[in-house]
Amino acid sequence: MSDLPLLSLVIWLPIIGGLMVLALGATGNKSLVRWSSLAWAIVAFVVSIPLYTGFNLSTHEMQFVEHVSWIPAFNVFYHVGIDGVSMPLILLTTFTTILVVIAAWEVIDHKTAQYMACFLIMEGMMNGVFAALDAVLFYVFWEGMLIPMFLVIGIWGGVRRVYATIKFFLYTFFGSVFLLIALIYLYFQTGNFSILDFQAVQLGLTAQILIFLSFLIAFAVKVPMWPVHTWLPDAHVEAPTGGSVILAAIMLKLGAYGFLRFMLPITPDASSELDWLVITMSLVAVVYIGLVALVQEDMKKLVAYSSISHMGFVTLGFFLVFGIYQQTGSTSGAALGMEGAMVQMISHGFISGAMFLCIGVLYDRMHSRRISDYGGVANTMPWFAAFMVFFAMANAGLPGTSGFVGEFFVILSAFQANFWYAFLAATTLILGAAYSLWLVKRVVFGEVKNENVAALKDINARETLVLGSLAMLILLFGIWPAPLLEVMHPTVEHLLQQAVTSKL
Amino acid sequence: MVNFEIPNFVPAMPEIFVLTMACVILIFDLFIKDNDRIVTFVLAIGTLVGAMILTISLSENARVLTFNDTFVSDPMGNVLKVFIYLITAVVFIYSRQYLKQRGLFKGEYFVLGLFGVLGMMVMVSAHSMLTLYMGLELLSLSLYAMVAFQRDSLSSTEAAMKYFVLGALASGMLLYGMSLLYGVAASLDLATISSVVAQNPDNIILLVGLAFTVVGMAFKLGAVPFHMWIPDVYHGAPTSVTMYIGAAPKIAAFAMVMRLLVEGLGDLHSHWQSMLVVLAILSIVIGNVVAIAQTNIKRMLAYSTISHVGFILLGILSGTENGYSASMFYVVVYSLMSMGGFGMIIVLSRSGFEADNIDDFKGLNERSPWLAAMMMILMFSMAGVPPTVGFYAKLSVLQSIVQVDMVWLAVTAVIFSVIGAFYYLRIIKTMYFDKPQESAKIEAGMDMRIVISLNSLGMLALGIFPAALMQWCIVVM
Repeated sequence: MSDLPLLSLVIWLPIIGGLMVLALGATGNKSLVRWSSLAWAIVAFVVSIPLYTGFNLSTHEMQFVEHVSWIPAFNVFYHVGIDGVSMPLILLTTFTTILVVIAAWEVIDHKTAQYMACFLIMEGMMNGVFAALDAVLFYVFWEGMLIPMFLVIGIWGGVRRVYATIKFFLYTFFGSVFLLIALIYLYFQTGNFSILDFQAVQLGLTAQILIFLSFLIAFAVKVPMWPVHTWLPDAHVEAPTGGSVILAAIMLKLGAYGFLRFMLPITPDASSELDWLVITMSLVAVVYIGLVALVQEDMKKLVAYSSISHMGFVTLGFFLVFGIYQQTGSTSGAALGMEGAMVQMISHGFISGAMFLCIGVLYDRMHSRRISDYGGVANTMPWFAAFMVFFAMANAGLPGTSGFVGEFFVILSAFQANFWYAFLAATTLILGAAYSLWLVKRVVFGEVKNENVAALKDINARETLVLGSLAMLILLFGIWPAPLLEVMHPTVEHLLQQAVTSKL
Repeated sequence: MVNFEIPNFVPAMPEIFVLTMACVILIFDLFIKDNDRIVTFVLAIGTLVGAMILTISLSENARVLTFNDTFVSDPMGNVLKVFIYLITAVVFIYSRQYLKQRGLFKGEYFVLGLFGVLGMMVMVSAHSMLTLYMGLELLSLSLYAMVAFQRDSLSSTEAAMKYFVLGALASGMLLYGMSLLYGVAASLDLATISSVVAQNPDNIILLVGLAFTVVGMAFKLGAVPFHMWIPDVYHGAPTSVTMYIGAAPKIAAFAMVMRLLVEGLGDLHSHWQSMLVVLAILSIVIGNVVAIAQTNIKRMLAYSTISHVGFILLGILSGTENGYSASMFYVVVYSLMSMGGFGMIIVLSRSGFEADNIDDFKGLNERSPWLAAMMMILMFSMAGVPPTVGFYAKLSVLQSIVQVDMVWLAVTAVIFSVIGAFYYLRIIKTMYFDKPQESAKIEAGMDMRIVISLNSLGMLALGIFPAALMQWCIVVM
């Protein structure tokens, strides 16, 4: 089993699958297209499982490494490998894609093959981003996945889809070009494009700060952090359900992943100098964007803003290490914050995906996302209401759900760094509960608002399967996060060590 | 007494072959009927294939000078020539149907095209200012005639007139600069000029001469502020001619800059570097920004050409071998992409319908998903989005200027390439997100569909495996 190039399979199988599905589309047989897309998605997921079962828990070294020469002129290699940070994210990607395919089953009737192909190709590229250990390879996947997403929002999106998708593309493209320049600069420092070599190279403080800032532009746009978040609500609102799910569950994680893979290890001194900047941006996201979420009248926009707010926790957790190290002289307290941030990443993938799927369920029936069009859904869709309430609770960080674990760890850790960080971060427990539960109150509970709501049909078996599997995972990691934590632990320890080791 | 010895003709065999064949085809074409014109077409393609075989089989790994050192055959020239043949042959294949539909399928198009190729070959192989100028004029005269080829079209005649007047002005500038250089060096030979320049790098007359030659070359390349002819000529000329102008001559212009600036005036690098910096930045900025406002796709591609020229100059101005090979890679890739872009306009056009407005691409995904996907690859490649080869072209140019510590220039270039991405995206938006305006069937024949598919998929394949072409461009420098 270990002889197979598993990572390459996880990257390229979905891409090949996507192209095959595209070819099948020419036959016009939609059910064939759907079943084969599902088959490819499941195959990709099955192939990714050995990455977990065969994972060596005792090391931070890269595993499942493949290293082949690709562009000798610039010392570029096809170099992939995973550690405790990237492995869970790959599994999250392969799993979410299955859900997206199932969720689109009858809903996407227009150009089904192209829709499915976009998601399969995107899956492969996102896996590529998480697995790439060569900066050029990373960049190719990082930019390449914009193309299918651009099409998904633009073709199957809502009324203002063209505006939203071009804004999405240009924002991310703008951020990424600075990343490219920084990578080229690092190439001339090390002589190749290996990310691991970038992490080892010595850099002066000015160079580090400039590199840090260009990384920050690229990754902050992707996360997205306040104040460069404005593309996200637009993209989410206009994207079809599947697009929103992938955006929230995976694409936002790519930005956060960049913080871990590039910023902390490559520019530790600049990160330490400028940690106040990232922490401020994160706290503004948590508090201010949380307040913004409260006043939304569109369900998708509300969840989009809540995503930004939750991702603020992730970036906060990453950058607490410097404050804690200064206070205590050790990184042990910071490990809690960083692991919490990473659990939050995975958990947010499930919860935000689930929220968007719930909204998708309603939208498919009523073709409206306005909160005021709903009311009393529980009366006509009891099963659905149960799921939605559960996910909203998880979104608010209810203990017992995975949403609680990450937030709790980060807040605990923030206390060690600075009381006020923890104080501001903790406001999310109130704000999150407020906007999530108020949403549920207005949509799910109360009297049946109008005859459209009265005519609603409860979720069918397909929708129950999708929502049910997510609900189980949210509960599982809420009660027993250990499997996730033990995978991450050695990598986090190593990463923290890198972050506090000066490169000057 | 003139010392006369028989020069070595072997390095110039491809040129001699193309010249002979062009003359043969010109005469042969007089004696065949309109219905048999396809023979001319086949012969023209055959000539290019023959020249390619000759060039490859005669290529050596060394520099060979001949004809009293006025002609050079070296690996860089050979690679560039091979791409010139390849691109011109494909342009001919694209043009056939387009010309037929408009009653322009005449022998002259191919003969002029071949003379243009000969001009480009001479430019690529020039080792004296006179040879260089001769090649340039042969190319330019063929192009003027080709632009005016559609005699009854007002816009194409107007474009030809503009092109001729501005082109003549540019040639004048270039010639004036060359005469100043000659005045100092007392020789037209690039090697002699180079050694004279090395001895007096601050000679003011040399610098004035340099300025004039740079202006002349900027005119020919179409770099801002000497770009005004490009949009009008691209727009006015028949699309097949636009495609011809937009593709292979850029390679020849690159060779001209390499021969004159790098080989001849290499020691004035610090002087021409600052000139090229200005030209490059202005081209990238103006090209990308003005392209956004265009509604005609030929005009849009014209402005996009201008911005790509800026990128080509970036690599050259770095003044390193790394930069020259990056520029060479860029120019080859750009020619292939631009050929595909204009090729798609031809594929969609039919008799009486030019498909040259952006609106004509509306809803192409509904009409032909395959062609829409091909155009999408080309547009992403021009925008420099991976995994297409356009990305590696930008990457290699950018790394070459970061290497010489001009990071600010790289940053400016990438910021404007993001702005440039907008108008490429708009084409994709038009094809995928809008409803079709046209419902007529796409008439393009199977040969053109195959060529355009190979062209676009080639951009993708080169994007996934760019190593070979990149290596090639590095080895020959």
